[in-house]
Amino acid sequence: MEQTPILKVGPFLLVTIQVDMHDRLVQRLQTDLAERITATGARGVLIDISGLDIVDSFIGRMFGDIAAQARILDAETVVVGMRPAVAITLVELGVRLQGVRTALNVEKGMDLLQAAVAGEEERVGGSPD
Amino acid sequence: MTTSRIPQLLRQHQAALLDAWVKAQQAALTLRRDLLSDADLRIQSSDFLRSLTEACQSGDLGDIQGPAWAEVREFLSGVSGSRASQGFSPAETATFVFSLKQPLFSLLRREVAEPAALVEETWTATVLLDNLGLHTVDAFQKSRESIITRQQQELLELSTPVVQLWTGVLALPLIGTLDSARTHVVMESLLQAIVDTGASLAIIDITGVPTVDTLVAQHLMKAVAAARLMGAECVISGIRPQIAQTIVHLGVEMGSVLTKAKLSDALALAFQRLGLAVAKAPGRA
Repeated sequence: MEQTPILKVGPFLLVTIQVDMHDRLVQRLQTDLAERITATGARGVLIDISGLDIVDSFIGRMFGDIAAQARILDAETVVVGMRPAVAITLVELGVRLQGVRTALNVEKGMDLLQAAVAGEEERVGGSPD
Repeated sequence: MTTSRIPQLLRQHQAALLDAWVKAQQAALTLRRDLLSDADLRIQSSDFLRSLTEACQSGDLGDIQGPAWAEVREFLSGVSGSRASQGFSPAETATFVFSLKQPLFSLLRREVAEPAALVEETWTATVLLDNLGLHTVDAFQKSRESIITRQQQELLELSTPVVQLWTGVLALPLIGTLDSARTHVVMESLLQAIVDTGASLAIIDITGVPTVDTLVAQHLMKAVAAARLMGAECVISGIRPQIAQTIVHLGVEMGSVLTKAKLSDALALAFQRLGLAVAKAPGRA
């Protein structure tokens, strides 16, 4: 069965979607990501969807679900590289991806993740022990 | 129709008819002397009369759609088009043709002796001029519509520029009312500009939007949401006091969108986000 590769880059996981997603592939990705976050203790997930041409409401919702699930496992999610047409489609479908961070490209997404994780550590470290 | 004397009369009395017609047009209240000089009027009238005479010689007087009338139709379309763009009203344009009736009827009355034939000829002339007049109005309407369509297109292109204020900062000054079609154009050009410039902040300035109702607000929210999905933050600026009042009065939910009163405030915020500071150069006034 086909699956989407999940790469470990430092403390983060990188998912690059190169093909058009179908429902089962997204569900598989959700399951795999949950396992990998637990196994590696990753602090952030970066999903690059610059190769994604077509989305439907299900896939849009799944990105939200993946982010929520990662949040529970203490990892930030950033979705990067969304194409204009995909963004317009999602907005028209009413999928706003509240609570998911977005960035224009992988580089900016990485910066965002690093800043988010650093900010969190500072907050935790700054609290009186 | 074959026995109609109109073609022959037109050819014989063309000069006299032209004089009478121009005089009638100059006397008419609907003539716009501010837009059309007497010389131009005379040239137009004589050109029309000449092509009308030619068409009558070869063509059927009852059907102006035939090939023999092509030149007359084209001439009338040209006159209508130029008058439409000069600012004539439809009635003023149609009068050009209809004012020929009176001199033509007088001519017929002088030249045609027996009453039955006179009635017949008058009827033929009326139908002919009515058809030509209707064609004129038609052409006038068409050229007006094409002007309107072109202006709409130009407005659409004019009013959606995306400008780069600073590296990574885009501004979208919106002018005019936002409807769904325009929102789509605005959204597409904004998102494309975000991709092209790699901007992380976009300022939508609505100083030029006359009214913001629930629909316009919804359209704005859509653009903001789409930009956010691509990883760029949006700030809405240029909210005039009355518009702020209207938004609250209507209970429009602006959500978590950043809003600023002026474009300069939004730019200051952008600088802050980018970690830039504007400082006064030392030694300058």
